[in-house]
Amino acid sequence: MTNETLQELLGSWFPNPEASVASEPVEVTEGEDAIEAKEPINPSLLEFTEEGSQFLNVLVKPENLHQLMSKLKTTAETSFDYLFCLSGVDWGTDLGIVYHLESTKHRHSIVVKVKTEDRENPTFDSVCDIWRTADFHEREVFDFFGIKFNNHPNLKRLFLTDEWDGFPLRKDYVDEINMVVK
Amino acid sequence: MQETTTINNNFKSEEYFINMGPQHPATHGVLRLLLTIDGEIIKKVEPDLGYIHRSIEKMCERDSYQQIVHLTDRMDYLSSHINNEAVCLTVENALQLEIPERVQVIRTIIGELTRIASHCLWWGVMGMDVGALTTYFYGFRDREMINDIFEETCGARLTMNYNVPGGLMWDIHENFVKRVKDFVAHFKTKIPEYDRLLTGNVIFQKRTKGVGILTKEDAISFGVSGPVGRGSGFSCDVRKYHPYSALDKVTFNEALRTEGDTFARYSVRIQEMWESLSIIEQLIDNIPEGEFRVKTNAVIKLPKGEFYQKVETARGELGVYVISTGTKNPYRLKFRSPGFSNLSALSHMATGGKIGDLVATMATLDLVIPDIDR
Repeated sequence: MTNETLQELLGSWFPNPEASVASEPVEVTEGEDAIEAKEPINPSLLEFTEEGSQFLNVLVKPENLHQLMSKLKTTAETSFDYLFCLSGVDWGTDLGIVYHLESTKHRHSIVVKVKTEDRENPTFDSVCDIWRTADFHEREVFDFFGIKFNNHPNLKRLFLTDEWDGFPLRKDYVDEINMVVK
Repeated sequence: MQETTTINNNFKSEEYFINMGPQHPATHGVLRLLLTIDGEIIKKVEPDLGYIHRSIEKMCERDSYQQIVHLTDRMDYLSSHINNEAVCLTVENALQLEIPERVQVIRTIIGELTRIASHCLWWGVMGMDVGALTTYFYGFRDREMINDIFEETCGARLTMNYNVPGGLMWDIHENFVKRVKDFVAHFKTKIPEYDRLLTGNVIFQKRTKGVGILTKEDAISFGVSGPVGRGSGFSCDVRKYHPYSALDKVTFNEALRTEGDTFARYSVRIQEMWESLSIIEQLIDNIPEGEFRVKTNAVIKLPKGEFYQKVETARGELGVYVISTGTKNPYRLKFRSPGFSNLSALSHMATGGKIGDLVATMATLDLVIPDIDR
């Protein structure tokens, strides 16, 4: 599948309810309301971009994450059965996960991203039940970023000891003794 | 009499824990496995990691791209050249550098030599793990020849650091072509020797056939790659699907078996050594003339964006994921290491088997612990 057809298909899975409501009154009220420069409403709850990446990037809201991932795996046209990379990222204000997916049948790839602003208690749904490799990868993310995963069977630190204070791969992590800052 | 019967009736099996590692010869490094066993049957394997974690990903965030290359061969030290290549390719693709054909061909030849050297070592310790000590010396004898070639050309035997963003550190040694050809001729007579010594051995076959089975569906779900995935019929050779360097100019077969047991993974690696020899033979006579490096800026700044590069190391798919904000350091750099995903399948493969089978299964996972503890 090309990136365009993928985008079209995925977009149709999660239609934006605001987009359908908003599109109707625009036609009725011409005149003063129409003068206001309206931002184009995304027809889907997913955000797509191909900018600065070789893959199609999809940004999904945390509440839709598990449903989207499950559909990506089970739908015949997409069948993304190979989760080859799962990375935690600290974007400064947001914490999030980047999933790199490939289909061994169709040999197309996609990148799914999910973000949250909650740095105290960041939580996403686990995708362990969809791809079993996520078990270890999510534990690694929990270990280094402190991101929790709902329904993870064994969420505890993987590399560091249980007593370790803080999450080292976060940008605001400070360890004055061991870190050499240049 | 009656009392004895009562005792026998009360005899109950009980699950208990046993530690394997962190200093266990079969784990080939500091890996601790927490085994839950019932008698000798394994109920669960829980790897305990982090004994040599150096947080390379965090170090990368403060290092320049040239420096990062030198950190990568401390991950999977048996595929050091290929690891270096992965970072160099990421940088070169991001900068859209035109890499001379000479560089690409030399990189591929040394990459395949690295693969053979790694498989030689694996074959030696594989035999040793199942009780055949002789293989160790045979494997190391042939690996030594490759290491000598590396020493002459790259200046180092293990952590070669021969790749730099833009090309190679320096040109190949004048003896390189001759010595590689000598090695190929030598090694062609040695793989049949390996087969005679170990592959056909009845005890070895009994230890490995039908042991540690991983189905294709599970292999994909666990994200395993490399010879482990291909032993389960999961066609996952990055060299075939996403060819890099000179790999699109050569023809080779992807070693693939469908049994998914320890012996299948063993056979895949043996066949891969033949394929690597074939790749080297196709390239060694036609190394193009030209530059061995293109000029790059002293301070490399990647454009803003995200870059992903995958390569096939001796253990499987290594991914380098770089998020760049346009500065001289990566904002975030993630190594998707093959060993990490392969290890996650171990518990599934070993459950229900015996402890002795776990050792054989682990031997064909070919774990390198620094690759898992990045």
